[in-house]
Order: sequence, then structure tokens, then C-alpha cells
Amino acid sequence: MIPALEVRNLTTGFKTANGWVTAVKDVGFDVMPGEVVGLVGESGSGKSVTLHSILRLVHAPGIIEGSVKWQGRDLLTMSERELRKVRGGEIAMIFQEPMTALNPVLPVGIQIEENLSAHTALDGRQRAARARELMDLVGIPEAARRLKDYPHQFSGGMRQRVMIAIALASGPKLLLADEPTTALDVTIQDQILKLILDLRDELQMGVVLVTHDLGVVAATCDRMAVMYAGRIVETGTVVNVFAEPHHAYTRGLLGSVPRGGAGRTMLLSIEGTPPGLASIPPGCSFNPRCTFATDICRKETPMLAEFAPGRLVACHHHREVAAAGSPVA
Amino acid sequence: MSLVPYILRRLLQLIPTFAFIVLVVFILVRLLPGDPASAILGDRALDADVNRINAELGLDQPLPVQFIAFVKAIATGNLGNSITLKLPVTDLIAQRMPVTLMLTVMAALIALVLALPLAFLAALQRDKLADNAIRGVFQVGLSMPVFYLGIILLTVFGAGLGWFPVGGYGEGFLDHVHHLILPALTLALSLAAILMRNLRAAIIGVVGAEYVDFARAKGLRPRLIMIRHVLRNALISTVTLFGLSIGTLLGGAVITETVFAIPGAGRLMIDSIYGRDYPVVQGMTLALAVCVSLTFLLTDIVQAYLDPRVAR
Repeated sequence: MIPALEVRNLTTGFKTANGWVTAVKDVGFDVMPGEVVGLVGESGSGKSVTLHSILRLVHAPGIIEGSVKWQGRDLLTMSERELRKVRGGEIAMIFQEPMTALNPVLPVGIQIEENLSAHTALDGRQRAARARELMDLVGIPEAARRLKDYPHQFSGGMRQRVMIAIALASGPKLLLADEPTTALDVTIQDQILKLILDLRDELQMGVVLVTHDLGVVAATCDRMAVMYAGRIVETGTVVNVFAEPHHAYTRGLLGSVPRGGAGRTMLLSIEGTPPGLASIPPGCSFNPRCTFATDICRKETPMLAEFAPGRLVACHHHREVAAAGSPVA
Repeated sequence: MSLVPYILRRLLQLIPTFAFIVLVVFILVRLLPGDPASAILGDRALDADVNRINAELGLDQPLPVQFIAFVKAIATGNLGNSITLKLPVTDLIAQRMPVTLMLTVMAALIALVLALPLAFLAALQRDKLADNAIRGVFQVGLSMPVFYLGIILLTVFGAGLGWFPVGGYGEGFLDHVHHLILPALTLALSLAAILMRNLRAAIIGVVGAEYVDFARAKGLRPRLIMIRHVLRNALISTVTLFGLSIGTLLGGAVITETVFAIPGAGRLMIDSIYGRDYPVVQGMTLALAVCVSLTFLLTDIVQAYLDPRVAR
């Protein structure tokens, strides 16, 4: 199968008062049609910037390099005009906080319909009907009446549904979801994730799901990529990565998730904090926090390399890490 | 969401506001040092004459009685006669207020026409040449006293180039407009500067908002994003500032009318205060206060229209 989205060497930098900082460095991954890929990492690891870079939504002092092939065409080099057709029409994006991502002064009906005006040939009446349909599709009760309501009149979960309805309006083939459930209650979280998966099945849509929650990854994703300090450090199917993490950071993340069932054990925690973008240590950027680190880790940056089919890791000592076993296996 | 209930509610709130304005106007006028009788008769007036005039004007009555008479007069639409000009106050208001209102409205329009596009341009060209030039020019306009600016405009465009009359009000609407352009411009410049800075900052803030990113992610055309998503949100704070500035503008009109010799409410007000012409001062203050209150009401309605969260 040919990947729908191919991200290669994606590098995004920002100019600051103290010179350039690189938020995303040499990131690459594929998304197959209908596949859910999880992008996992702590705050500031570059997941969100990666997502924004794919659609060139990064603001002015930011510069994006590399290539993002969408069905064979490079999104990073195409004209603004072509890109506008892709944005919202073929690739849609939803944000973490629907309260700030929805325009507070426009009724949600208009916010759905403007997507339809941009990407479809529907007339006014058809657009209104489609907007109602979409509100139904994402499970908003009394859809017809609520189209006239403003974002502040919805609850948090309903607002996220509205955002999904807007994103899905023109039948995109790929959904970029930036922590779509982080701002929601746990029960609502499950509903929203289930909704996204149902829609994936119904619309044969690929999904890139950015999250810091490994529980969410386990429940929803087919494959995952772990990011640290702007780079991808490990990728593979969710089953494989959970069963046998090859990067100490992945292992640490897995160990920090509380588990139900037999026997209580101490949660693993990763000592220290992620480095700031301006002060990434030389060598492997994880080395100061890594229990497997040796001299080479402090000097040479490990490259992301395939060690088994579909399994990539960027670690000098990944065999030792794997041998130490998975905290969740 | 309908705005009608909100507008009705705001209209009801005007009743206590007006009651309070009436009370304050009544008290303020009487707190002025001196009294109408001595102002009319001069320093060497005889007590008997002062008492006679006070009795004629009803000023010998206790304050509560005077207040009730004042409220009754307002209720019947009769604000009494001017002591010095011997004319009904309502006639004076009808004659002078339109001049000042026209000056204020023209100044407000000029300020808007200058501020809106320039704020937009400055925000889009942030920190580039156009932005710095616009901000620099307005900074100069803002730091210049109103009367000084007025005199410069008069000297250059009135006396010098002869494009505009140097004073007065003229006859007929177009002539009025012609006479009021320079004074309105004088009055408008500082407001334009304030509005421009406010709107520029608001636009820059909104452009970075997440809902604008979301709008871009939807693939909308830049112009639609600018008008529907950026400008509308940015205008909310500017509209409020604009409404609040109208009061200041009316105050500024007093000075401008003096510089340009315009027979408006401001001039009449100053003359009446010097002459302790209680009925005129009361009537004019009341009329101005009502104008300002109505402007605030209008501001609130426009704001509620732009921002549905206001009218909850």
C-alpha cells in the first residue's frame, strides 16, 4: 500500500532574540489510508509544531524545511492557493482546546458552513442541510436548533464535537488531531476518541493523533512515533513498542503509566525535565536523564535506524534497553 | 440569539441613570460659587434688589422645593427661561445642540475613517516602514494640544490657502459641513490616534489567536479570515473605546468651538456659567448628559451585536 502522507526530514526552526531554535528536527513518518498514527511525547517535545508544520500553519518567524508529500504532492512547496484546497478539504485539523479554537463571536453553524463554501459547490440551502447532518453525525442533540448557538453556549465535550464537525465538513482523507481529548473529562474523552475511530472507519480517513497519554495511544492507535526534544526517537506498531521498547525514553514513558490488575508496584519516573529548545545537550539529547547512557551518548547523536521491519529507534544501546524488558509487558 | 431583550433591559436601566443625572446637575449648578442675582446686578447690588431677583427666579425657596420644581419642569418639557438671554432654554438647546452634535459626529466619522484602514495597514506591516510611519505621525498628532493644532490648521488651510472658512457655522447643510471640517479634523486627530493604536494592537493579538489558526486550517481565503475572524473580534474593544471617547469628544468640542468661533453648545455653556445662568447651565448639562448616555447605549448595542457573550 502507498502511504497517503509521507513526512521526510521535517525541520522547523524559530528565530528568537537569542538566535535560532529548532523545535522539530529531521522528523519523518508515514500515514497509510485509514491508519491511526500516534505522535507521543512530553510537552515541548515538538509534537504540536510537527502537526502545524504539515499544514504550514507555523507563524511568521518560523521556517519549515524538508518535505511533506500528500498523495504525491509536496505540501511545503505548493502554492498558497493549492494549499488552501488541501487544508480543510483533504487534510483537516482539530485543536486541543475547542474554547479557544472556535471563533467566539460566530454561530457554530456559520463556522461549519464556511468550510463547506470553501471546498464544495453546495448552495446555501444544501450547506445548511449538510451542517445539520454533520452535527447529527458527531452526536450533538437537537442539531438543527443548535446551529444558531455560539461556542460559549456548549459544554466542553460538545464544543469538541462541534470542532470535529467543522473539521469533517468537507470529507477530508486525513485528520490531524492535536491532543483532542486533553482538555476533557475522562468519560467525555472516551466518547470523543470513539467518535474519531468510528468516523475513521466510516470515512476511510487516516488520523495523526498527537497526545502525551499512552493510555489513549494503546486504545486508539495502530502505530506510534515517540518524540523527544524535537526528534522522533522510536517508531513501530503500538503492540510492538509496548511489548518491547527499544529507547530508554519510551521505556520510561511506559513505566510511568499506572496499571490496574495484580500487584501494586512503584511507578517508574523519568528523572529530570526535558531540555529547553535553546539548550539541547550534545550527543543524544536524552543522555542526561538516561540510565543506560555511556560516553558515546554524550558525544554522538544516534540516528533513527531500522533494526527490524517497521521498527526504528535512535539509541546507541537499544539492545540493552530492550533486554531490560517492558514495564507493561 | 435576539438582541431585543438585551436592548429593552438596557433601556430600562436608562431610567435610574437619568434620575441620577438630574439630581447631580441640580446640585452641581448650585455648588458654583456666586449667584445669578449678583452676576446680573454686579458687585454693588443692594440687598433688596438681590432678594427681588432671587424671588423672581424662585431661588429664595428651600432646595428641596426648588428641586421638585426643577423635576416638574423637566417632566413638562419646560426648562425655564435663560436669565441673561431671556429666551426659553429649550429653544437655546434646539438652536445650539445640533451644531455641537454635528461637529462631534463629523469628528467621530473622520477619526474612524482615518483610524480603521491605517490600523489595519499598520498591523499587517507590523514593525515595518508603513507601521512605524503611521504610528509616528499619530504620535505627533496625539501629543499636540487641541487648540494649538486648531490654530495651525486655521492658519494653513483657512487663512493661508483659503480652502475653508476661518470661523462661524454658515447656512444650509453643505455650508455647515464646509465650516465644520477644520474644527472636526482638529477634534478628530487625537481620537484617531487612540483608536488606531488600540485597533492595531487588537488585530495583532487576534491574528495570533488559535481560532484564526483553525480558520486557516479550514482552507479559508485570507480575505475572509481577515474580515470575518480577525477584524470582527478586534473591533470589539475598539468599539467600546470609541463609545467612551464620545463624551471626551463633546468636552473637546467646547475648546474647539471657542478657537473656531462656532456658535455651538460649548460656547453657550461657558458664557452661561460665567453669568450664573442656572436654567441654561442645567438644561445644557442635562442635554449633553442625555446625549452621552444614549451614545453609551448605542455602544453597548453595537458591542452586543459583535460579541454575543455580552448580551447573555
